[in-house]
Amino acid sequence: MADKEHKEHKEQKIGSHLSGESVRVISESIGIVGLPDDAAGHLAEDCTYRLKQLIQESVKFMQHGKRRKLSTADFDNALRLKNIEPVYGFKDKDFIPFRYASGGGRELHFNEEKEFDLQEIINSSLPKIPLEVSLRAHWLSIEGIQPSIPENPPPATKDQQKSEILDTAVKTAIDKAPKVKPQTDNVKSKHRHKTADLAKIKELSTHELSVEQQLYYKEITEACVGPDEGRRSEALQSLASDPGLHQMLPRFSTFISEGVKINVVQNNLALLIYLMRMVKSLMDNQTLYLEKYLHELVPAVCTCIVSKQLCMRPDVDNHWALRDFAARLMAQICKNFSTNYQQYSGSDNKDVQSSITSR
Amino acid sequence: MYRNYTEYNFTCVYIYGCSESTVFQNMASNTQNVTPGTASVGIPGMSGLHDTPKADFSDKQTLLAVLQFLKKNNLKETENLLKREAGIKDDDVKPQSVTSTESDVSHALAAYKSSDDPSLYGDYYTDLKAFIESCLDVHKVELSTILYPVFVHMYLELVYNEHEKYAQSFFIKFHGDQEGYYQEDLKQLSTVTKKEHMKGNQLMENFKASKFTIKMSRDSYNHLKRHLQEKEMKPLLNIIQEHLFIDVFDGVPRNKQQIQSTSGAILGESEREANKAKVYYGLLKEPDINIPMEEEDEPPEGDDKPKKKKVKKDPLLMKKSKNDPNAPAITRIPLPELKDQDKMEKINAFREAMKRVKVGKDNLPSICFYTLTNSFQGVTCIEVTEDSSLLSAGFADSSIRVFTVSPNKLRGMKPPNELEIIDKEADDVLERMMDDRTSTDYKLLLGHSGPVYATSFSPDRRYLISASEDGTIRLWSLLLWSNLVCYKGHNFPVWDVKFSPHGHYFASCGHDRTARLWSMDHPQPLRVYSGHLSDVDTVQFHPNSNYLATGSTDRVIRIWDNLTGGCVRILTGHKGTVHVLSFSPDGRFLASSGADTNIFLWDIATGNLMACMKGHTETVYCLCFCRDGGVLASGGIDNSIRLWNIQKVLQDHDTESDANIPSTVNVNENPNLSLGVFPTKATPVLSVHFTRRNLLLASGPLQL
Repeated sequence: MADKEHKEHKEQKIGSHLSGESVRVISESIGIVGLPDDAAGHLAEDCTYRLKQLIQESVKFMQHGKRRKLSTADFDNALRLKNIEPVYGFKDKDFIPFRYASGGGRELHFNEEKEFDLQEIINSSLPKIPLEVSLRAHWLSIEGIQPSIPENPPPATKDQQKSEILDTAVKTAIDKAPKVKPQTDNVKSKHRHKTADLAKIKELSTHELSVEQQLYYKEITEACVGPDEGRRSEALQSLASDPGLHQMLPRFSTFISEGVKINVVQNNLALLIYLMRMVKSLMDNQTLYLEKYLHELVPAVCTCIVSKQLCMRPDVDNHWALRDFAARLMAQICKNFSTNYQQYSGSDNKDVQSSITSR
Repeated sequence: MYRNYTEYNFTCVYIYGCSESTVFQNMASNTQNVTPGTASVGIPGMSGLHDTPKADFSDKQTLLAVLQFLKKNNLKETENLLKREAGIKDDDVKPQSVTSTESDVSHALAAYKSSDDPSLYGDYYTDLKAFIESCLDVHKVELSTILYPVFVHMYLELVYNEHEKYAQSFFIKFHGDQEGYYQEDLKQLSTVTKKEHMKGNQLMENFKASKFTIKMSRDSYNHLKRHLQEKEMKPLLNIIQEHLFIDVFDGVPRNKQQIQSTSGAILGESEREANKAKVYYGLLKEPDINIPMEEEDEPPEGDDKPKKKKVKKDPLLMKKSKNDPNAPAITRIPLPELKDQDKMEKINAFREAMKRVKVGKDNLPSICFYTLTNSFQGVTCIEVTEDSSLLSAGFADSSIRVFTVSPNKLRGMKPPNELEIIDKEADDVLERMMDDRTSTDYKLLLGHSGPVYATSFSPDRRYLISASEDGTIRLWSLLLWSNLVCYKGHNFPVWDVKFSPHGHYFASCGHDRTARLWSMDHPQPLRVYSGHLSDVDTVQFHPNSNYLATGSTDRVIRIWDNLTGGCVRILTGHKGTVHVLSFSPDGRFLASSGADTNIFLWDIATGNLMACMKGHTETVYCLCFCRDGGVLASGGIDNSIRLWNIQKVLQDHDTESDANIPSTVNVNENPNLSLGVFPTKATPVLSVHFTRRNLLLASGPLQL
């Protein structure tokens, strides 16, 4: 271990040395030609030392600026500290746009200097004034519990949700972490988990929704399948962007799969489309990890693609739109989860194939 | 934008000179007070010079210096008189005058001059290492602490004598052995490969000008002494004699954890002597204004409540009026007299304190987070007033913004011609002089010409003080919303500034390695505290205003006495820059943290480290004790707030530890001290603040 560090350190040291050659190039650029090798070597060494000193100083400015990234302004401040005139023209806050070029076995980094037409700049309209600084308050924690609001991070990150699939201990840790464990009487929905295997695992974790969450669930599901298009799009937006929905995900998943089952029988095209839009929103939510619920979602989506009849009047209604939409969803699911669930793409393929040929 | 520092060069040199001499004085005074338990490192029998006790030696040097001064100024008679009195012969004076003609720097550097074979250094070091390996386990850990300073000085000796190749191979061969927390310094060290580079390098100067301090039990020390005497390795001996100070204590050797908890500073640990001075950590006696004022004041508030309250209040008041033996006299340092407004303020604070929620393990405080949005220019600091009504933010574009976080809007004073017509005798004159037309949610203060690194409100909320990269400290009026005074004194960036909890005084610190104490009515500082070996990054007033704590890049915390100007505590243990300090409300404890992400709790009475709290993953920039001191909140750029159980630390604390025997001091590193982690979405936490009712306010800029 020490050896490895040792090596790394050595490499760092070599990597950050200015070479005599670069010193000669620099000297030529300011009109000093024919610098002897010795002098260039000495200068390079000294420059390296001075540069390192300056960088050490500029780190102090970064620390006091309470940032993690060193900026060019920090370096300017360090120069000023050492009584050296700062380098002008590099006041870029984010990055210095170095371009890279190689050729003839040489690598070169250079600063691209574009030509600007001043007339154009003068004539163009003024850029927008940046927004004024403002102060916003929210509750980060109420008596030790972080409320699930957009301002707060989701209770469980996607990575945590992902690892929870493999390790149930993590899952319980996530659920317990933000709050003092509430007294639960295990009101678990057994009917939801079809495979005995899954149900066994689930017993380790509690699935209790708070009153607010129950209200939210009710509102969202009603809005999604209700008649008001405005409310629906709001609800779908909420599903696609809100963090902290992962605790309600099993409910949503069941809602969709049961909904599809019923509506396919009743040939209710509109509702099927609404349900598929819910799937789409859930897929779009960056904070959710759907893998655990694919066993419910995939059959539902699949049904919407291949079912023989999806609407009352197949000649008039545009059931192809639904099939198309569901097929796209399927493609996305395959793309997102194909690495973990090889069998999905395979078995689904068979499903689709068989149903098409049987027609 | 470009400013020139040359005009200040003269002063700078003066400051550094000053700091060095202070260091020497400190050393001299420490060695004079040598107790029987302490042994200076001179190894008897090895060289005649070192046989003379240290105290005598430094005394003599002082005398010689005085004699030289007399000679220079042609004060012959005094000179002769002094010579006779001190028993100094003429030839004693002569050699001294020769050396003093050389500059101080080259003199100090010359200590590295050595004619030894450079190829042998590696062998010496390996030999020392082998010896330590062969020791008993109890001694091994203690003895291994000398490896780092020996390594550094050997390397410097090689560089100084221009054995560049040897120095490099020596460095590469052995730098991996050193403790992880020294790697930062080692990186700096590795950049020094030429004799010329040694001049002007801060780290280098620190190493050669001061001694590296190590605490060691007598057994281990004797062990080492015997080995060195047997082997007669001259360069090794020289290094240990010249550059190391071994503070020997009687008792059992310390274990690895104990040693690690206090090591890490640039120049080793603090000597035990340094923390012996008495610190009056108690709170000042509260003036007796509360009782009569309250009775007058209460009727308008409610009809049935006051009676209940009085019962509750009395025991509290009794406690406060009792004399605390650890409290300094109220006249120890002159404090401003209380005005009527201050008295009202105290009553308000008291009333709020009655409604305080008790926070602890079972009832965690609620956290209200203030996010600064659209701060493209970069937020460098955030500060909240004691009464939680105003919030100020310093920006990298030199501006300061003050926001109101209470329903009251911010107003300026009326223009002079309107002020004239106000009835000055009216009760509400303070209200009448404000101009409602200027009322806004926030005010912008412009004046600095560099990033603003710190702001601090005066306790009466009439002033704001700010520190900036441009080397100035500015005092702003929060009635006029304009700049009143610009204090110049630091010639380099000022990293931090704080108002005293009693007003009138403020303290600043900066890149010039000093901390300064100012009063609002003087353009020059009242005290300049020098002693830190690198940038002083943070200052904090003790709640009784008598002491000042400073944290530095040399990874040391010092506590200074504002009355005498002396350093009363040196606290070592941090492994990175100290960025934040916070005193507990009762004044007994100090919490500190910084770049090493560890939060330390110190007992000021003894200078001992009590607890180390680990959990943050990036630099911690803010700390705050809750109002009753049982919970500590911390925040940093790892975008999280953490709460810590201080009550538990105090409960578990072993009162039997004796500062004189370091091996009896134990540090509480219990991982259960953490009460909770509250991550934000994408906002670094730059400020945490408990309101008077123990609600936690935190704030930071949103970073996308």
